[in-house]
Amino acid sequence: MNFENKWAGEIDDPVLAEALQHFKASVDAWSEAAYSQPQTVLRTALHSWRRAVGWALGCVLAAGSLAGGVYEHHHRQELARIAAMQAAQKALQARLEAEQSAAASAVTQDQDLLATVDSDVSREVPAAMEPLAQLMDEDGAR
Amino acid sequence: MRRDGASTKVMAAGTAVKPMTAGAGEEIAAQEFARIVESHRPQIFRFLLASLRDVDLAETLTQECFLKAHRSWKHFRGESSAMTWLMRIAINLQKDHWRNRRMQFWRHTRSNAVDADDAGEWLPSGERTVEQQLLAREQVAQVWKAVEGLSERQRTVFLLRYVEERELSEIAQATGLSEGTVKAHLSRALGRVRAELRGTR
Repeated sequence: MNFENKWAGEIDDPVLAEALQHFKASVDAWSEAAYSQPQTVLRTALHSWRRAVGWALGCVLAAGSLAGGVYEHHHRQELARIAAMQAAQKALQARLEAEQSAAASAVTQDQDLLATVDSDVSREVPAAMEPLAQLMDEDGAR
Repeated sequence: MRRDGASTKVMAAGTAVKPMTAGAGEEIAAQEFARIVESHRPQIFRFLLASLRDVDLAETLTQECFLKAHRSWKHFRGESSAMTWLMRIAINLQKDHWRNRRMQFWRHTRSNAVDADDAGEWLPSGERTVEQQLLAREQVAQVWKAVEGLSERQRTVFLLRYVEERELSEIAQATGLSEGTVKAHLSRALGRVRAELRGTR
């Protein structure tokens, strides 16, 4: 390869000097190509604009996702609260009904018992009470 | 560098500009500055491109560099060449950029910087064989890889010397370092490049 060491006094390693020359040539070529692009400023502006739009869309999307998540969470909590209330109400109603039926059956049982006792008492006077019953009849006749 | 009188501005190596008188007006100053922009813009852009490996960013910082230079053009006393003065502004802008990126670490995720391998793809074809071109491309990629591993200061000094081909004294002026420190940085940078190349030989 035709190669002239530019930094002959400074760099004695020919491979290093060659690599540095290629490096410079590469940077020059890249810089020239980039510099000669006519719409660099426009491209930068467009790039900034795209970046801004990207950020805005990203923010909107993130905010939307967050709001959706929060709404969904809130909605689920609300449904759970309603379901819990309904279950509690049902349980309360069932308990009331059970208590009412229990109370009603207790009253019926008491009434039946009293009726039975009354009828039994009216039908049978114990032998021990006979003299008292007679005394009461005599008092009444007097 | 040459200076003709205390108030002469030195634009570039070998070219000097007569001082602006009060009556010359702003038009002359504008023309003078336009010439500076025209002659030095490609070099400043190239240096920033090599430092940052990001075309858009290099373009933006080049614009900023000339904007700053324009603002402080009145205060430029010609103590160094215009190129050295501009290079110093560019180096400071680049430093600010790296500092901001370190502060705002999440920007690392959104970078347009080209990979070392991709940067090495640029090579003038010349009159070389395909094999020579491949070898050259490999060498360029290795140099980029080594440059990537250099400290900010070493990289700046290395690029100013071997891409911009600036003299040691100019590099010292542009970076605000002593010539001895510049030499030390260059030596370490070259050692790194050499080691990288040896690894592939």
